[in-house]
Amino acid sequence: MSARRRPKLAVWKFASCDGCQLSLLDCEDELLELAGEVAIAYFPEASRAMQAGPYDLSLVEGSISTPEDAERIRKVREQSRTLVTIGACATAGGVQALRNFQGVAAFMSIVYARPDYISTLASSTAIADHVPVDLELRGCPVSKHQLLELINAWLNGRRPNLASHSVCVECKLRGTVCVMVAQGSACLGPVTQAGCGAICPACGRGCYGCFGPQDTANTDSLGEAWLRAGESRAALARVFHSFNAAAEPFASAGSKYGQDDNG
Amino acid sequence: MARTITVDCLTRVEGAGALTIRFDGDKVCEVKLRIFEPPRFFEGLLRGRAREEAPDITARICGICPVAYQMSACHAIEDAAGVHMDERLRSLRRLLYCGEWIASHCLHMFLLHAPDFLGYPDAIAMAGEHGHLVRRGLRMKKAGNAIMSVIGGREVHPVNVKVGGFYRAPTPKDLQALLPELIWARDAAVETLVDFAGFEFPDFERDYEFVALRHPRDYPFCEGRIVSSAGLDIDVRDYEDTFEEQQVAHSTALHSVIRGRGGYVCGPLARFNLNFDRLRPAARAAAARAGVGVPCHNPFKSILARAVEVIQAFDEAIAIIDSYRPPAPAALDLPQGAATGYGCTEAPRGLLYHRYAVAADGLIREARIVPPTAQNQKSIEADLYSIAARLADMPHEAATWLAEQTVRNYDPCISCSTHFLKLEIEPR
Repeated sequence: MSARRRPKLAVWKFASCDGCQLSLLDCEDELLELAGEVAIAYFPEASRAMQAGPYDLSLVEGSISTPEDAERIRKVREQSRTLVTIGACATAGGVQALRNFQGVAAFMSIVYARPDYISTLASSTAIADHVPVDLELRGCPVSKHQLLELINAWLNGRRPNLASHSVCVECKLRGTVCVMVAQGSACLGPVTQAGCGAICPACGRGCYGCFGPQDTANTDSLGEAWLRAGESRAALARVFHSFNAAAEPFASAGSKYGQDDNG
Repeated sequence: MARTITVDCLTRVEGAGALTIRFDGDKVCEVKLRIFEPPRFFEGLLRGRAREEAPDITARICGICPVAYQMSACHAIEDAAGVHMDERLRSLRRLLYCGEWIASHCLHMFLLHAPDFLGYPDAIAMAGEHGHLVRRGLRMKKAGNAIMSVIGGREVHPVNVKVGGFYRAPTPKDLQALLPELIWARDAAVETLVDFAGFEFPDFERDYEFVALRHPRDYPFCEGRIVSSAGLDIDVRDYEDTFEEQQVAHSTALHSVIRGRGGYVCGPLARFNLNFDRLRPAARAAAARAGVGVPCHNPFKSILARAVEVIQAFDEAIAIIDSYRPPAPAALDLPQGAATGYGCTEAPRGLLYHRYAVAADGLIREARIVPPTAQNQKSIEADLYSIAARLADMPHEAATWLAEQTVRNYDPCISCSTHFLKLEIEPR
């Protein structure tokens, strides 16, 4: 027998695109080594072997959008010593939270001829709205480097080293010329949490906020700058209401510009 | 004798669903593939969004094949605006798509499907005996992901795809840095096909109608007419006149049928059968050496079609990089104007159809999206019907595993199809 019990890892999926748990399988260089450090006890996308709980670390992807899932997340929490939410769906409700602003009935009749077959909630909400969450990993999708850092830190009993500054700092670090200043591109970088590596400005486009709002985001100030640069209020409403639409202050900012636009 | 086989969650597929097979004695009377992936209403939330947002928003339908969504969305919006890609932009898009096919196919072949043939619950357990194979697969997958990272900024939901082209064209140097690994990977892909061709395949065939794009010269990615093995040959614009989506009570995914004919199959096996003559010589030669040819009506051999397509994708990626000249400009301008556009591209799992009605102000008025797994669902159920008689005579665990494998043959992506799987084999 091995001298040390390997901690049990579980990966759970709620409403999502699978991209965040795929990020774990995208760690091609580290996957087998990781499997030596933790027991992958529940990860249906990767294995048909499933061990019963409790689990030492649960990674939760996806948002809560059905009555069944609202119940299931409570059971996941009960079986998990540490629960970490991964990605914009789990931390903020995801792009599917756009329904929260418009009403789900209208959406459902667009997609399904027989809406009565479908069970769904009026809103798509973050995991933390339902159960206590120990740590959140932002991004649409999460950064695989941050995911590895998180697991590594957890295995070694230390706090993960995760940036809390804005995307602007990452642009400066990689030497990208500011797209807002130099090209007049609308960029959410000043109000968006770092972690992606500022990849959008590096491609010459503005950040679209997929890592969600930074702690001290001043959306009003950024919004005014965009309006001065000639963006429409409707465009501002759309950009705040995208992949982290339900996260404050993006939620309020999007609603504010959207309402102004409607008169 | 009555018996019940139950698996609570079908595994090594992307997304959440269940499967029920009901037996009346030894006779199967009902097969239901139940998808309980929560619906996310993308067609609804696209209404009122700017046409330029379609690629980034629809990418979020699927983290495994975001490039497919970006490509179908771009081509549909560009079709509405009457804009066509020039040769350099077309090549760069094909290169990006090669990256996604490689990463997605390697994920399925090595991590999800091969363990069925070698008898392991997952690739990590398989790595004990077959470490060389698993490490090779991960390295090939990484080479595909590297293409996506270099062009798109990241592997999942790349950020550089723009309606009209790209935000920034990579430099030749950026792409050439990929070559040594791609050249290694092309050889590794040829070895892989030989290894997989040696697997033991269940003796199973059905008379499928295969459906895929067909291009006058190339193996299909983003363009071509929609053709089938039963003689269908239509323009992408006529998709909805030919195919119909039906809603069923047991699933949040819609089922596609060909009007008046029923189920059909799209994806690697369909492309391979319909476009074998469009494969690059390297891929065709490797297939011939491994004894893999067409026609092939055994769905369990879809892993071989994927393996051939991976050789094709590595070979084409190398050729594109060898002759790469950055597109200038990196993106074409799109004129404004109210119009409806149609786009259909070959996602790793098969046809991905998008239609957008765009208003004069550039906002999307209506969106329609038909993902590949929704199109294959009826055929997956039909395969299970056909194989069920065999399951009835098998030991419980082996029957369950074979039923799961029958589903995994399609590399079903349930996240996509709701727009998958709990297995219950129930006696009546």
